[in-house]
Amino acid sequence: MVAEIPDELLRRMTDHTSLLLLIVMPFAGAVAAGFLPSNARNAEAWLAGAVALGVLVLTSACYPAIAAGGAIRAEIEWIPALGLNFTLRMDGFAWLFAMLISAIGFLVVLYARYYMSPEDPVPRFFSFFLAFMGAMLGIVLSGNLILLIIFWELTSIFSFLLIGYWHHNAGARDGARMALTITGIGGLGLLAGVLLIGHIVGSYDLEQVLASGDQIRSHELYIPTLVLVLLGALTKSAQFPFHFWLPNAMAAPTPVSAYLHSATMVKAGVFLMARLWPVLAGTEEWFWIVGLAGMASFVLGAYFAIFQQDIKGLLAYSTISHLGLITMLLSLGSPLGAVAAIFHMMNHATFKASLFMAAGIIDHESGTRDIRRLSGLFRFMPITATLAMVASAAMAGVPLLNGFLSKEMFFAEAAATHQISILDTAAPYAAVLGSAFAVAYSIRFIHGVFFGPPPLDLPRDPHEAPFLMRFPMQLLVLACLVVGTIPGLTIGPFLHTAVTSVLGPATPQYSLAVWHGFTLPLMMSVAALIGGAILFLSLKTYLANCEEGPPVFRRLKGQRIFERAMVTVSWRWARFVESQLGTRRLQPQLRLLVWIAFAAALWPLYSLGLDPGGVTWAESDPAFAAVWAIGIFCALGAAWQAKFHRLAALILLGGAGLVTCITFVWLSAPDLAVTQLLVEIVTTVLLLLGLRWLPKRFEDNSLGLVTLAAKLRRLRDLATAVAAGLGMTLISYAVMTRMPPATIADYFLERAYSDGGGKNVVNVILVDFRGFDTFGEITVLGVVALTVFALLRRFRPAPDSVESPEQQRVQKAFDEARPDREAGDTVSDYLLVPSVIMQWLFPVIIVFAAYLFLRGHDLPGGGFAAGVAMAAAFILQYMAAGTIWVEARLRVLPVNWIGFGLLFAAMVGMGSWLAGYPFLTSHSQYLELPLVGSVPVASATLFDLGVFSLVVGATVLMLIALAHQSIRRLRASRIAAEAEAASEAA
Amino acid sequence: MELTLAIAIGVLTGSGVWLLLRPRTFQLIIGLSLISYGVNLFIFSMGRPRFGAPPVLLTDGAINPADYTDPVPQALVLTAIVIGFATTALFLVVLLVSRGLTGSDHVDGREPR
Repeated sequence: MVAEIPDELLRRMTDHTSLLLLIVMPFAGAVAAGFLPSNARNAEAWLAGAVALGVLVLTSACYPAIAAGGAIRAEIEWIPALGLNFTLRMDGFAWLFAMLISAIGFLVVLYARYYMSPEDPVPRFFSFFLAFMGAMLGIVLSGNLILLIIFWELTSIFSFLLIGYWHHNAGARDGARMALTITGIGGLGLLAGVLLIGHIVGSYDLEQVLASGDQIRSHELYIPTLVLVLLGALTKSAQFPFHFWLPNAMAAPTPVSAYLHSATMVKAGVFLMARLWPVLAGTEEWFWIVGLAGMASFVLGAYFAIFQQDIKGLLAYSTISHLGLITMLLSLGSPLGAVAAIFHMMNHATFKASLFMAAGIIDHESGTRDIRRLSGLFRFMPITATLAMVASAAMAGVPLLNGFLSKEMFFAEAAATHQISILDTAAPYAAVLGSAFAVAYSIRFIHGVFFGPPPLDLPRDPHEAPFLMRFPMQLLVLACLVVGTIPGLTIGPFLHTAVTSVLGPATPQYSLAVWHGFTLPLMMSVAALIGGAILFLSLKTYLANCEEGPPVFRRLKGQRIFERAMVTVSWRWARFVESQLGTRRLQPQLRLLVWIAFAAALWPLYSLGLDPGGVTWAESDPAFAAVWAIGIFCALGAAWQAKFHRLAALILLGGAGLVTCITFVWLSAPDLAVTQLLVEIVTTVLLLLGLRWLPKRFEDNSLGLVTLAAKLRRLRDLATAVAAGLGMTLISYAVMTRMPPATIADYFLERAYSDGGGKNVVNVILVDFRGFDTFGEITVLGVVALTVFALLRRFRPAPDSVESPEQQRVQKAFDEARPDREAGDTVSDYLLVPSVIMQWLFPVIIVFAAYLFLRGHDLPGGGFAAGVAMAAAFILQYMAAGTIWVEARLRVLPVNWIGFGLLFAAMVGMGSWLAGYPFLTSHSQYLELPLVGSVPVASATLFDLGVFSLVVGATVLMLIALAHQSIRRLRASRIAAEAEAASEAA
Repeated sequence: MELTLAIAIGVLTGSGVWLLLRPRTFQLIIGLSLISYGVNLFIFSMGRPRFGAPPVLLTDGAINPADYTDPVPQALVLTAIVIGFATTALFLVVLLVSRGLTGSDHVDGREPR
């Protein structure tokens, strides 16, 4: 007893490790493969082969545990808050699939080593290939449906990448895109379906879901769940009507077709149907949906395959047909059907993978895959031909091969009655018909390619493939033979484990014997074989020369329908919606914005109503009202004049700004007043500098001729503006006449001095309490300044504003006309006295800025105001003496000011880390300085210094960059003139 | 006084919205400036401003918050003024560059048909 527990624990740990390794190995291999040099074909193949073999060995090692204990699990916490675990679970069915994936994966790697040409970038191929293998293993080993979805999507993505491997080829790109679109849509459906299952069951854990079959089937959401899950499964398995992506996916390299599009990925759909069979199957809805899709795919796929001229196209349609067979078996809802389905999944994988390899060898060695051009290849490649014949026979269901066994079971199931309906009655006939078609296309493939006269003008001289390229095929064909002759001794026990793990106690009695006597299924088999042979003989001459695709259906291509649908959705409808709802014009967009804002403000008023404010309002101050009479006049005037009289509008705008500034003074906001005043000055200068580059516009007297439409437009805008204004008046009046709620203001007022060491609460908030916001804000300011600078570096003025302004031309002409005057004298004489005063003001304003800065923490002022004031000092110099004069005497490096400011502010903030406090924690004390007296020194003041520096730099940079445009243009025109003069002189 | 201020805010915003819907870029820039005055005053008015109570502390000791106006809207508006300046500058430059590039000062970069 004591010894058993460690054993049990050890076993569980081994399970855990092996399951994780099974998933991790391929993905790790994929990453490693991606980093190998592009010509390392052998190293890549060794790596990929070793990974596949490692997975194979590890999987086989798990078998004893599975045969004995049912299922092994590995569980890691993933998102515990959602109850999701990264659960891996391997039971018999998953084991069988994992074996299939790793064994065929290994053989395909070997094959691909010889198939891929030295010019192909193999790291990409093997990297995607291994990643796909990991994703596929993930699907079969997922113990959690959400995890399964993730791996499911990964297989779609890697399939997309592998189909598009030769992305220089348009067919490969289109095929890849189509496969991704179809399987991606299916994947979304599956996700929704799984979420519904999770909703019904209350868990995504596979074991719990499998145990809740009755609950799900009787739930009212069963049908949506079923449809969504089936959407995922049927798209993935290329079942009718989603089958058309698979033939287009044949643009992939043949190893990819052999692995993904016959043996594994398309099997994911039927795998899922079999996995969830105990939960979803058995109802009438399941029978009809799955049965119809399966029967249509089985018969139509086989019929279409007959008429394919491309070998890979033939095999692709045959794959659709065989998957349809499996789907049909699953639709029946009988345990025996499920057994046959699982058996056929394995058989189909072996013979179809080997046939794809044969197709690849034929293509590789002869240069074409067109059956019409190929002929009589048996004499050139007898071994490949023999192998392909055996595999085709298995595909056609010839006795003594594995395909025969599962097809017998299929016939038996088709003939048995499950649900009384037309579909069930039709099933045996459809089964024989489809099988006859399968016989016909199998004969056609073999006969067309390997028999007949020697081929004429093939791109290459055909010859036998190297041994190692044939080797994977040989092994697979051997498997077909062995399973076909002694099924009970080979696949029997493993199949039984797999079937038991799916069906549990419902596992029926079945027999894998080759000979059951003269039974109905045998008769059906014989009928199909004979019928198929007759069909081929009668179509032989037609097929040798016909176009690609079956008659009648040739025109009805799923691909074309798909493309038309895509164009309609992603182009026509999108354009229509854009043309109806979109506009490239700014005005409608802004109008909409204003209306939405208005509606948003109106909505709560409408739904909640407006109570009259309880507070009596302060008596109206006539002086204040008079000031605002001016302000309102200015605002309306600016709006009125902005089109034709820009300077007037600018002055009026300044007037409105000044009245705003006075309001701030009046209503106890000295800081705002100072900042507003200074910013007002700088903004006005900036806009004045910009006016020069705008087009001239004269007020014409054609106002009477304004069209009615324009009048209506203006009326509508006026109404919008009036409504917006009235609304703002109403809201602000309503707020101001109400008692304020308890706000955080008291906190800031009480703590400003004790915690922030300053008496000017606004400044303390900015540089201390909300210092981080301010830090972000100055960053924005710096970014804007640099953007302005960068935009202006490439500035090209419009042709009509290139000429010098009239005033400059008059002055220049005046200077040139007088012999005693030099060019530019008039400009420097102009306003001589004011300009001298302005130059003298330079130090005065700097001292003023320093004063504003230093008092900022305790009295109105601060970094922002001081910075703008300092910038004004610089600008004044530019205005007084001109750009050239100033820059010859003063090195202004605004970008350095910006950089210093930002870095300094950041470093002050980080300084608090040294003391073990969070970013931007401030410390303050008072310092006695000689002459100046008691000065508050808070680290916040240093931060404010950074703000100051940045504001100076940003403001000056923007203004100077704009002011420079006039000089740049002059300089450019002077250089052009000199060049012209030089060329004339020469 | 509240009524005066409310009307002022309304007029500033209304004039700004009118200009915002005009076709010329210069009208737009003036409009945005007017709106920003209006909005700044609006935010400022949220603090129930009154005469003679600036949020600059008079004593070192304990204070009565009722003696001072609300400093928070003021701090918000102060940053809004500076950022408003920056956006005006940026918009002005975009306006000029667009005018240089397209030759038109229409907001859509081309004259209407």
